[in-house]
Amino acid sequence: MTAVAPLAPAGTGTELQEPAPPAGGAKSRLGILVLPALLMFLAFAFIPLIGVLVLSFTDWDGISAIQFTGLQSWVQVLTDPGTWHALWLTFALMIITWLVQTPISLLLGTFIAGQQHYRAFLAVLFFLPLLMSSAAIAIAFKSLLDPNFGLAAGLHLPLLAQDWLGNPTLAFVTVVFVIAWQFIPFHTLLYQGGVRQIPEQMYEAAQIDGAGRVRQFFSITLPQLKYTIITSSTLMLVGSLVYFDLIWVLTQGGPGNATRILALDMYIRGFQANQMGAASVIGVILVVVGLVLTLLIQRIGGRDLRASQMEGM
Amino acid sequence: MTTSGTSRRTFLGLAAGSALGALGLSACGTSGPAQPGGAASAPATGGGAAGTASMWALTGQPNQGIREDSVEAFNKLGKGSIEVTFFQNDPYKAKIRTAVGAGEAPTIIFGWGGGILKSYADAGQVEDLTSWLNENAAFKDKFIPAVWKAATIDDKIYAVPIQNTQPIVLYYNKMLFEKAGAQPPATWDDVMNLVNVFNGQGVAPFSLGGQSKWTSMMWLEYLFDRIGGPEVFDAIYANKPDSWSNPAVIESATKVQELVKANGFIKGFSSIAADTQADQALLYTGKAAMLLHGGWAYGNMKATQPEFTSSGLGWANFPTLPGGKGDPKNAVGNPANYFSISSKATDEEKAVAKAYFTDGLFTDAEIDAFINSGQVPVVKAAETKLASSPDAAFQQFVFNMTSQAPNFQQSWDQALSPAQAEALLNNIDQLFLLKITPEQFADAMNGTLGA
Repeated sequence: MTAVAPLAPAGTGTELQEPAPPAGGAKSRLGILVLPALLMFLAFAFIPLIGVLVLSFTDWDGISAIQFTGLQSWVQVLTDPGTWHALWLTFALMIITWLVQTPISLLLGTFIAGQQHYRAFLAVLFFLPLLMSSAAIAIAFKSLLDPNFGLAAGLHLPLLAQDWLGNPTLAFVTVVFVIAWQFIPFHTLLYQGGVRQIPEQMYEAAQIDGAGRVRQFFSITLPQLKYTIITSSTLMLVGSLVYFDLIWVLTQGGPGNATRILALDMYIRGFQANQMGAASVIGVILVVVGLVLTLLIQRIGGRDLRASQMEGM
Repeated sequence: MTTSGTSRRTFLGLAAGSALGALGLSACGTSGPAQPGGAASAPATGGGAAGTASMWALTGQPNQGIREDSVEAFNKLGKGSIEVTFFQNDPYKAKIRTAVGAGEAPTIIFGWGGGILKSYADAGQVEDLTSWLNENAAFKDKFIPAVWKAATIDDKIYAVPIQNTQPIVLYYNKMLFEKAGAQPPATWDDVMNLVNVFNGQGVAPFSLGGQSKWTSMMWLEYLFDRIGGPEVFDAIYANKPDSWSNPAVIESATKVQELVKANGFIKGFSSIAADTQADQALLYTGKAAMLLHGGWAYGNMKATQPEFTSSGLGWANFPTLPGGKGDPKNAVGNPANYFSISSKATDEEKAVAKAYFTDGLFTDAEIDAFINSGQVPVVKAAETKLASSPDAAFQQFVFNMTSQAPNFQQSWDQALSPAQAEALLNNIDQLFLLKITPEQFADAMNGTLGA
């Protein structure tokens, strides 16, 4: 390491050096620049959202006339034990996938952030799952885990010959594993980037103070990754609300209802049972849960996002 | 084995993709309410009745090729022209529903009859063909009578039968039966005995693609009918209160759970999907001795395993039950596929569609094409032609099953409304997993009646 990354001038003065606020004319011209994004958001996010909200108060099979039925769909969905089971599964999946993915991605990301060549090579291998679509991953795992024609039968390994996707408990565990396999590379990438942002001087200073590798990890790397952890956790937790393709191809929500999380429940109700009203209720629930979750994570992460992590640098 | 399946699916995917592309091109020609001006492909028809009707059908050989040939032959007759677009099965089911709901359906709608057709008819989206069929009695008389039931809603006919009949058949692996010195089951006692015999030999008695759920449903469809006769499901279909509490329902569900508990089905059946044909692979690789599946499985196996299909594959009727009320000749399955006419089409488009029904459907060439592909077209004329077919043994079995069945029960998931069908499949899955008792199953299903 010869080149040291240029650092911002020390002290708190940086915040005062913001550019002067643009004049009124410039402001309206800048407003035009926002327009395309705003229109896209309105057309493809906001208006459909309103549509779903309206549909949740109706009874509609997708073909006949839409009938407003007030709260009937809400009552139907909220009194159905299947909904609560799906909600419970969704949260279980969210928390378990977070608990599995975060430590692994954090450690892998830290490892891969090192400059050694072999690590760069390993990184390429680790990131391969990122190139594959969920459906392809699901089809591949489904074939590998097939108890009769899969990996176990091919390699004659009785230990592997479990009924991975046919036993309700194992199916859930398998889904968690495949999700982790697919998404850990992405979060590893985030953490790798985060670790590389940490100024080298911090580690040099720690070494002079006699801190070992483990101490360095817990006292420097981990606190410095605070915002990366928040970003990655938000993506994981909110993302887990909409896991669909992978689980759909792997298990179709089965066996029984063992992997029928809310997103699948919504699809099955909407496009197999043709109950658009009930499906819209689930859609609204998903949106609300997602928003609450995002706000909550922001709260936990500290309100003042501009607070410095670089005291003394 | 599964690799060949995968590559075939990939191919189908590509085919579907190109079909969607074709749709994009043709959409501008069909969405207009009147004369589809953009349809440059309409052939010059030398005056007379000329018009263009659109048709949506399914990808997948051999039926896609047969339909293409049939349409091409019709277009040369000068009675108007048909523009056909093909879609993959599962995406089609969602797409056609959206299109019908948005009033953008094609003139000729491919379907399965039953509950979905009823929802179209209730919404006034498909043409009532009853009077037209009465005027064209010769056309109506071409078909095996049993296939009209699924197209008939409240005594009105909303669709015409097409393609082939697909009753559910009990397939078995002859080699495994020879090795065990066993005969295919004629009664339910035979079934339970064979379960012990094959388990003793380390072979799964029955293959089952349980993840697909409708595969498990086939067992109950036959058991209901054999035990209680067609009345059991007729009452359910008519939404009579508590009709799932019929003793025949409880007995059928109990029999199924006994079979599950006796390891009658292959280990891991609830993770096996029928759409990858893994359940069929278990039969022809000798891992399972028997398989209850639709008539189409013969064609699938003929395509991938011609040798096994000609020498090792056996088939039989579903066994009888002691004291059962149902006629052992009753069949269940898909009687046929169907074409309906969109009520949103113009009169000219409707006229072309009807002309296609009478002059394009089930011509001699089309009937021969179906028979040569190992299928049984749903017309009476097929009977004499089947004798000379290389697959005559299976085809005649299927033809007789359909034409002689006192009652041909349409697959429940097609017959019921989509909401009821979804609840049914879910509860059947739990029944096979032993997660609910027969009584809980009946209670849960009673809750869907009248919905």
